[in-house]
Amino acid sequence: MGAIKGALSLFGGTLRDLAPIVLIVAFFQLIVLRQPVDNLAEIAIGFLFVLIGLAIFIRGLEMALFPLGEALADAFARKGSLIWLLLFAFALGFGTTVAEPALIAVSQEAAKVMAAAGAIDPGADSEAGYAKALRYTVAVSVGFALVIGVLRILEGWPLQWLIIGGYTIVVGLTTVAPAEIIGIAYDSGAVTTSTITVPLVTALGVGLASAIKGRNPMIEGFGLIAFASLMPIAFVLVLGIVAGAWA
Amino acid sequence: MTLLIELAEALLATLVTTLTDVAPIAAILLGFQLGVLRQRIPNLRQVLIGSVYVVLGLGFFLFGLEHALFPVGKVMAAQLTDPAFVGGGKPAAELVWHDYYWTYLFAFAIGFATTIAEPALIAVALKAQEVSGGTIRARGLRIAVALGVAVSLVVGTFRIVTGTPLYLYMIAGYVIVVVQTLYAPRMIVPLAYDSGGVTTSTVTVPLVAALGLGLASTVPGRSPLLDGFGMIALAALFPIIAVMGYAQIGDWMAKRNLRTNARNGASEGGTST
Repeated sequence: MGAIKGALSLFGGTLRDLAPIVLIVAFFQLIVLRQPVDNLAEIAIGFLFVLIGLAIFIRGLEMALFPLGEALADAFARKGSLIWLLLFAFALGFGTTVAEPALIAVSQEAAKVMAAAGAIDPGADSEAGYAKALRYTVAVSVGFALVIGVLRILEGWPLQWLIIGGYTIVVGLTTVAPAEIIGIAYDSGAVTTSTITVPLVTALGVGLASAIKGRNPMIEGFGLIAFASLMPIAFVLVLGIVAGAWA
Repeated sequence: MTLLIELAEALLATLVTTLTDVAPIAAILLGFQLGVLRQRIPNLRQVLIGSVYVVLGLGFFLFGLEHALFPVGKVMAAQLTDPAFVGGGKPAAELVWHDYYWTYLFAFAIGFATTIAEPALIAVALKAQEVSGGTIRARGLRIAVALGVAVSLVVGTFRIVTGTPLYLYMIAGYVIVVVQTLYAPRMIVPLAYDSGGVTTSTVTVPLVAALGLGLASTVPGRSPLLDGFGMIALAALFPIIAVMGYAQIGDWMAKRNLRTNARNGASEGGTST
C-alpha cells in the first residue's frame, strides 16, 4: 500500500513537471500550426519514458547523488588534507567534462568554424588537433573552476566579487577575441554542467560549507556551478585569441 | 512490431551511452574513496541502488527526449520560424520584428516548459529548499528560473530578427546583475549565480539551439554561424536576474506585510507584531 502511494506521489510530481510541455506542443500543433502529428505512437512511447525516467532519476538523486556528495565532503573535512581535497575537486571537474558528449560535439563544430575562418589550417588533422585542444582546455578550466570554488568555500571569499570580476574579464576578452569563437566560447560554458555533475557538485559544496565552522551552507555552499560555467568561457576565448595570433 | 524492436535497440544504446558518461565520475569517486579517504560510505546499499536508479532514470529520460520531444520540438521550431508561416504570404525581406509574434510566444512557452522539466535544476532546487529550511521553495525557485529562461528566449529571438549585436544585451544584462547583487538579500546571490549555469542543460539546449539556428537560417541577412549561437548565452544570464528578482519581491512583500501588521497593531492598540 505504501509503495503504491509512494509511486503515485513520485509520478504525480513528475507529471506536473511535464504537463506544460504537453500543453504547449498540443496548443501549437493543433491551434497555431494546425497540422496532424506524425508518429503519434512513437511520441507517446517516448513521452512515457521521459516521465518514468525523470521520476526514477529524482529518486536516485535523493538516494545516491546527494548522500554521496555529502559523505565525500564530510570525509574530506574530517581528513583535513587541503591538497587531497583540491586534487579531488580538480579530478571531478576535469573527469566529468573531458568525456562529456555535448562538449565533444561543440569542439568539433568549433574546429570546423575556425578552419573555415582561416584561423587554423583546414584539413582533418589540424581540425582534430584543434578540437582536442579545445576539449582539454575546457576540461582543465572546469577542474580549475572547482578548485577555486572549493578554496572559496574554505576561505569564505564573497562569491559576487569573484564572479563579477570574472565576467568583467570575459567581457574584456570578448572584445578582442575573433568573432567566430565567441558563440562557441559562451556555449562551452553552458555544456559543461551535466545532469549528474550538478547534483554531485552541489551536494559537495553544501556539505563542505556545513562541515566547516563559521560557513553558512546557503551563502558558501552554492556557487561551484557558477565557477564551472564561467571559467570555460574565459579559457576558450584565450585559446581563440592565441590561435588567431598564431595564424 | 518492428517499431518496438527498433525502440528497444535505441533504448539499449542510450543506456550504454549513459553508462559511459557515468563511468569517469564513478572511477574518480571510487579511486578517492578507496585510495585516499579509505572510509566506508554510509548506507552503501542504498547508494548503490540509487546509482542504478540514476543511470536507468537518466537513460530512459534521454531516450524519451530523443524520440518524443526533440523531433517534435525541432519540427515546430522550423515551422514557426519559416517565413512562409510568419509572413502569411508576405515576402521574407519585408517582414518586420513584430510579424514574428507566434515565434516569440513559442520561444517563451518552450523556454518555460523545458526548464521546469530540467533534472539538474530540480536537483539544485531540492537542495536549496533543504538548506534554506524551506524559506526558499523548490517550486517557486524553478518557476522563477523558468520565467528567466522564457524571457531570455524571447529577447534572443528578437535579437536575431532585428540583427542587433549580442554583446549589447550581454552587457546590459550584467549591469542589471551587478546592481541587483548590491541590493538583493545576501542569501540568494550564490544560488542565483548557480541557477544560470544549471538551466542550460539536457532538455533546454537542443531545442534552444534548433530555434536559434532555424531563425538565423531563415531571417534574411543572418548567419547561422554567428547569430545562431548566443541564445544559450542569454538563457544562462536571465535566470540570475529572475532568481534575485524573485527573492527581492519576496523580501519586499514580507517587509510590507510587517509594516501593515505593525500599523494595524498600532491602530488597534494591540500587541500584535
